[in-house]
Amino acid sequence: MTATGIRRANFWGGVITALTILMALIWAFPLYWGVISSLKPEDEVVRPYIELWPENLTFQHYVHALTATQIGAWYVNSIAVAVGVTVITIVTSMLCGYALSQLQFPGRKLLWWLILASFMVPTQALIINHFVLTSQLGLINTWAGIMLPQLIHPVIIIVYKQFFDQVPHDFREAAVMDNAGEFRILFRVYLPMNWGVTTALSIVCFIWTWNAFLWPFLSVTRTEMMTITVGITQVNDAFGVYYARELAAAVLAGLPVALAYLLFQRRVTEAITLSAGIKG
Amino acid sequence: MLTNRRKDALVAAVLVAPFLAIYLLVFVWPTIQMFGISFTDAPLIGSGEWVGLDNYARLDSDPRFRTAAWNTAYFVLLTVLPGTIIALLISLGVSRLKGRLQAAILALFFLPYILPVSVVYLIWDWVLNFQFGISMHILDLLGLERIPITKSREWFMPAVGIVTIWWTAGFSILLFLAGLRSIPVEIYEAAALDNAGRWTTFRRITWPLLWPVTSLVFTIQLIAQLKIFDQVYLFSQGGRPNDNMVLVYYVFQRAFQQDQGGRAAAVAVTLFVLVVVVSVLQFQLLRLAGGRK
Repeated sequence: MTATGIRRANFWGGVITALTILMALIWAFPLYWGVISSLKPEDEVVRPYIELWPENLTFQHYVHALTATQIGAWYVNSIAVAVGVTVITIVTSMLCGYALSQLQFPGRKLLWWLILASFMVPTQALIINHFVLTSQLGLINTWAGIMLPQLIHPVIIIVYKQFFDQVPHDFREAAVMDNAGEFRILFRVYLPMNWGVTTALSIVCFIWTWNAFLWPFLSVTRTEMMTITVGITQVNDAFGVYYARELAAAVLAGLPVALAYLLFQRRVTEAITLSAGIKG
Repeated sequence: MLTNRRKDALVAAVLVAPFLAIYLLVFVWPTIQMFGISFTDAPLIGSGEWVGLDNYARLDSDPRFRTAAWNTAYFVLLTVLPGTIIALLISLGVSRLKGRLQAAILALFFLPYILPVSVVYLIWDWVLNFQFGISMHILDLLGLERIPITKSREWFMPAVGIVTIWWTAGFSILLFLAGLRSIPVEIYEAAALDNAGRWTTFRRITWPLLWPVTSLVFTIQLIAQLKIFDQVYLFSQGGRPNDNMVLVYYVFQRAFQQDQGGRAAAVAVTLFVLVVVVSVLQFQLLRLAGGRK
């Protein structure tokens, strides 16, 4: 390449980089704007001009949300449901993934196809019958009811199966020689070798459940049983037309998953790429 | 050997049972039930009379269903291809960056995706607020007239489309970045030796090698947007839900607000079949793409 060619390439490369960074800042601006608005007094929020930093920074809306609304109860509901779904899904998927990967049994192929086929099922189409089922079981307005239809993430089984497939066969043979039972092999050999993927899948499963809207919205009618993602959009009278208060509630609802992502960035992106690659 | 086999099968049954029980209860049974009640005039809870294909036959002349079908198609058009292109462009930009800067910039693009839809809704509802929203201040500055975006028939779907692209692009960007990383550097070095320009390099190397990822992103988006509900419902609160009707919203309204489980199920079945057909096509396409390698 000629000298001017290189200079020109560098120039345009610089322009693209600058545009990318500018775009990222614009992209994240609504988030910044939401957070910053929640830190302003109500009268500052409705000023007729753009104020990029609060004149009187205040946490009063957060204090209000945490002490004078049902957000505390919603947090408890969200945590209970998200932890419950995550634990049950991870354990059942891991057991099933192990069986599919390491054991020969009749119906194995059929089960595998069932799991692959379930990717196609749009759970949104099943809401009517999920509701019928949940109310027949008497679980409307309960944690168990919110959890039940969310307990299946076929992709987690598939990821587990693939990771278990990669464990060298020698480990298994050595354990079988020692007369170790299947559960012992799974929990002492296969699981410890795959803690990384278990952590990653648990975090994203928690995030998925925390963020779920449609089913928690349908299966709960009493405000004190709502998850936080539903509650902040359904109980408007708790906030009136106080914009900053509403945004403070939104920040509180998004904070746990945003923190989970920022703390475990690599794990989260890894698990999401894994699950998407397989969905294809 | 035989006892071993039998032992294996027994252990497998125990391991698989919890998953299978849940699967049958929340996947298979509701699916069968959905097909079943779509041929009856059942309310949401309780049984109804057999009406054959009536519920399906009525769809064609149901204006609200037509609105729902059109809006869903319109929403797919607004989000799927534009969202894929935007994510591709962003990921090309991000992939040029290195180390910590790349991680930070990626995080800015990715953060919205990790947030619950209700948080996304509250933030954007505030940004688009007719009286005090910052977007309206910007329109003022530009000398343009303010628009009550979420209350207007023309602007509602495009606005929700933009919000959706903003919300979900992070996911597509992540997939594109993974795809870009898997293209060997040597190919680019060879192209540089041949004095290939930026555009030629993209068109001859990046685009074809990235094609499997592009089609994956496209179809994942397509399937996701056919099932759109949350954003449309939230932004329609206090607005004009009947004009903004989409397929899942129709199911929700018929079943949960009008207590017509049978008629709702007919649309649920329609959506179900639609998504399954698209998924099967996607699967076949990816197999074809894979077979080419």
